[in-house]
Amino acid sequence: MTLGQKIEEKIFKVLMIIATYFILAVLAVIIYSIFEKGVKALSWEILTQIPKGGYYYGKGGGILNAILGSLCLAFGATLLAFLIGLPVALYINVFLIRWKKVVAFIRFLLDLIWGIPSIVYGAFGFTMMIYLGLQTSLLAGIITVTLFILPIMIRSMDEILRTVPYGLMEASYSLGSNKSETAFKIFTRQTISGIITAILLSFGRAIGDAASVLFTAGYTDHLPNSLLEPVATLPLSIFFQLSSPVPAVQDRAYASALVLTMIILIVSLFSRGLGKRYHKTKINF
Amino acid sequence: MYILNRWQRHWVNNTWMIISLLVVATLPFFLFLGLYLKSFLLLHDYHLGHLLFGKIWKPGIGQFGFFPFIVGSIWVTLLAMVISAPICLLAAIYVTQYSKTHLLRIMHPAIDILAGIPSVVYGLWGILVIVPFISRYLGPLFGVTTVGYSILAAALVLSIMIVPFILNILIEIFRAIPVELKEASLALGATEWQSIKQVMVKKALPGIIAAFGFGLARAFGETMAVLMVVGNVVELPKSVFDPGYTLPALIANNYGEMLSIPKYDSALMFAALILLVVSLFFNLIMHFFIIRYNRY
Amino acid sequence: MTDNKKIQISDLNVFAGKFQILKNINIELPENKITVILGPSGCGKTTLLKCMNRLTDLYPELKVTGDIRISGNNILAAREDIYKLRQNMGLLSQRPYPLPMTIYNNIAYGLKLRGVKKRREIHKLVVHYLQQANLWEEVRTRLREPASRLSIGQQQRLCLARGLAVSPGIILADEPTSALDPISSQYIEQKFLELKNDYTIVLVTHVLRQARRIADYVVFMYLGEVIEQGDVHEVFENPKMEKTKLYLGGTFN
Repeated sequence: MTLGQKIEEKIFKVLMIIATYFILAVLAVIIYSIFEKGVKALSWEILTQIPKGGYYYGKGGGILNAILGSLCLAFGATLLAFLIGLPVALYINVFLIRWKKVVAFIRFLLDLIWGIPSIVYGAFGFTMMIYLGLQTSLLAGIITVTLFILPIMIRSMDEILRTVPYGLMEASYSLGSNKSETAFKIFTRQTISGIITAILLSFGRAIGDAASVLFTAGYTDHLPNSLLEPVATLPLSIFFQLSSPVPAVQDRAYASALVLTMIILIVSLFSRGLGKRYHKTKINF
Repeated sequence: MYILNRWQRHWVNNTWMIISLLVVATLPFFLFLGLYLKSFLLLHDYHLGHLLFGKIWKPGIGQFGFFPFIVGSIWVTLLAMVISAPICLLAAIYVTQYSKTHLLRIMHPAIDILAGIPSVVYGLWGILVIVPFISRYLGPLFGVTTVGYSILAAALVLSIMIVPFILNILIEIFRAIPVELKEASLALGATEWQSIKQVMVKKALPGIIAAFGFGLARAFGETMAVLMVVGNVVELPKSVFDPGYTLPALIANNYGEMLSIPKYDSALMFAALILLVVSLFFNLIMHFFIIRYNRY
Repeated sequence: MTDNKKIQISDLNVFAGKFQILKNINIELPENKITVILGPSGCGKTTLLKCMNRLTDLYPELKVTGDIRISGNNILAAREDIYKLRQNMGLLSQRPYPLPMTIYNNIAYGLKLRGVKKRREIHKLVVHYLQQANLWEEVRTRLREPASRLSIGQQQRLCLARGLAVSPGIILADEPTSALDPISSQYIEQKFLELKNDYTIVLVTHVLRQARRIADYVVFMYLGEVIEQGDVHEVFENPKMEKTKLYLGGTFN
């Protein structure tokens, strides 16, 4: 090894170490600044009240409307995406398993859909709303977000269903089960932890996205009470409060950001924890 | 006890699965159709070239030139990639080739968290940290007076947002290469860095380029975080310290008034259509690129 | 029979954490002979091989102690130039791993590392080593194709040519025929018998018949220990140890 090669390797190694720890440091800085700003602004009032009159000029109230709104929206969308996504993922892995080309094409299609920016879903949702004569509402938001998280849901379920060994399917058939029984009873049980992870992942995406709900879910100071009325969401409440010139309102944006980040961190922690625990009925090969 | 007998349940399940599959499979088509029909009004009245390359944006008097937004989007996206790509590549090589496994165990949750942080929170962080950093330090360093809301601010925030996305793919790619390949090169007397540079990176090259391509597409469509720090001024940016405007930001900023001006809604849907086409195009290209060049 | 001892291993221990992979290995391998390391899978054969060209350095969790002397030099001493050392040994692994380059460059890569610079010289040597591995006739018209397009048997011969190209004195082979069809395997075995005039060959295998066909010297390992070593006839026809007898008799694998 010549001296030049030695120096080259050293330089690159240093650069690599810097790059790696830079990424970790940025993450730490982001989390720190969110917490530092957010904790100061956070109060019981913010978490438990809806905006009162003059809230956006710094008067009292809280963001309960946005917290509950976001939860409703994300639950609804995750449920809907699950009801559409699970059958698709099962269909690919049980029914279509012999048609490799078809499966590859569907996976490719899903990857394409995954790449579409959420603002496009928002715009599309908006055109559909106009076309159907709906107004901004919880329902429209749920449908739009469902479309947005569908590819995420299906692809993550698909990744886990692919790992089910062929032998398990054969065993199920040889006991006399038909294909849909094999799919819904055997495959789902074998992969339950992966499916839950997929659901939680989708939930996290659903609750964090703003661009797709901007046009479709609207915004309101009231608590969500009907599918057909507008609903407030956390990302939008952060966005709106931050654009206010009043410092007190901006502070509430930091608190809201902390709440949203916490929800997402908790969800992702849960998905890791649950993923580990639900291995009881899983058969290892 | 079940209400339906076994074969009825089988039928219900089958129908349910096939309908779901159809919904998903036709989704891109419907997205395209819906946006196309909405923007048809605009496409009918204006020449496509004028829309894409027109520099004047005055919806009130019917002037729809998307060029400043397209240029803004390209600036922000490319700049973000230039910052992000080398960092991701270096980090991916380090965690998969050099470091001990425990770093990878830290890296995975870190990537998860970075990927999970919502776009508005990145935007908020950009306003808190990046924007003042540019106006106070980076601008004066280059002799520029700037408020900080700029192409550069958007690119910096964006470059961090796409790190988890690109890094994740790169780590997967490097981990999929058998260690024996590196051993083969080492056994010939190559150094570790030579083996990585000439064998591992070469083996991973189609994957690396695809990862960057996917990252690019993702950055191009990112909305909220960019919108919050880019400045939102309709003009052709002359330097990275100038404010700009991007296509997604255009859509998100003006949804409120779009029904009050004629053809404005059409114009915004056209912007969404551009985003859709660019995203599909990029993903398509990268997909076939992987298949085509995965030959070594 | 008094052979020169090319490789002398004494008191070699390898630990992975608390687990000991190799226990107190003491063997001496003769020069210009084929030494077969025999034993059931998981007995540490591959690790022993990787110690010899210090690929164990790649795994920081492995702790290696003891002495490996090649032509008298202890290669485990930290100051040894491991790049020169590895060039002194060609490696054939279980499956062929052609480098992600053209067929031509697979050979040229090692030559360049060896310090051959002139293009004409490189070309001459590439042809020479491809001929040595009986591959030249099959690939002469497709040198610029990616190596991955070759059949798996051809790939393994390419890997052999690639290993020979760094002009080693030793060839380390880790079950090189286990992924190959019978005809390709025969090619490789035949080649080894030709090569042993110029090279010291260390072959790891668990195929008894292969060992009997080509071995000069046999080392039998079990669970990280060397049970028995000696000339092929001695070990196969008159094993001293009970375990060797059982293994050769096919009682356990």
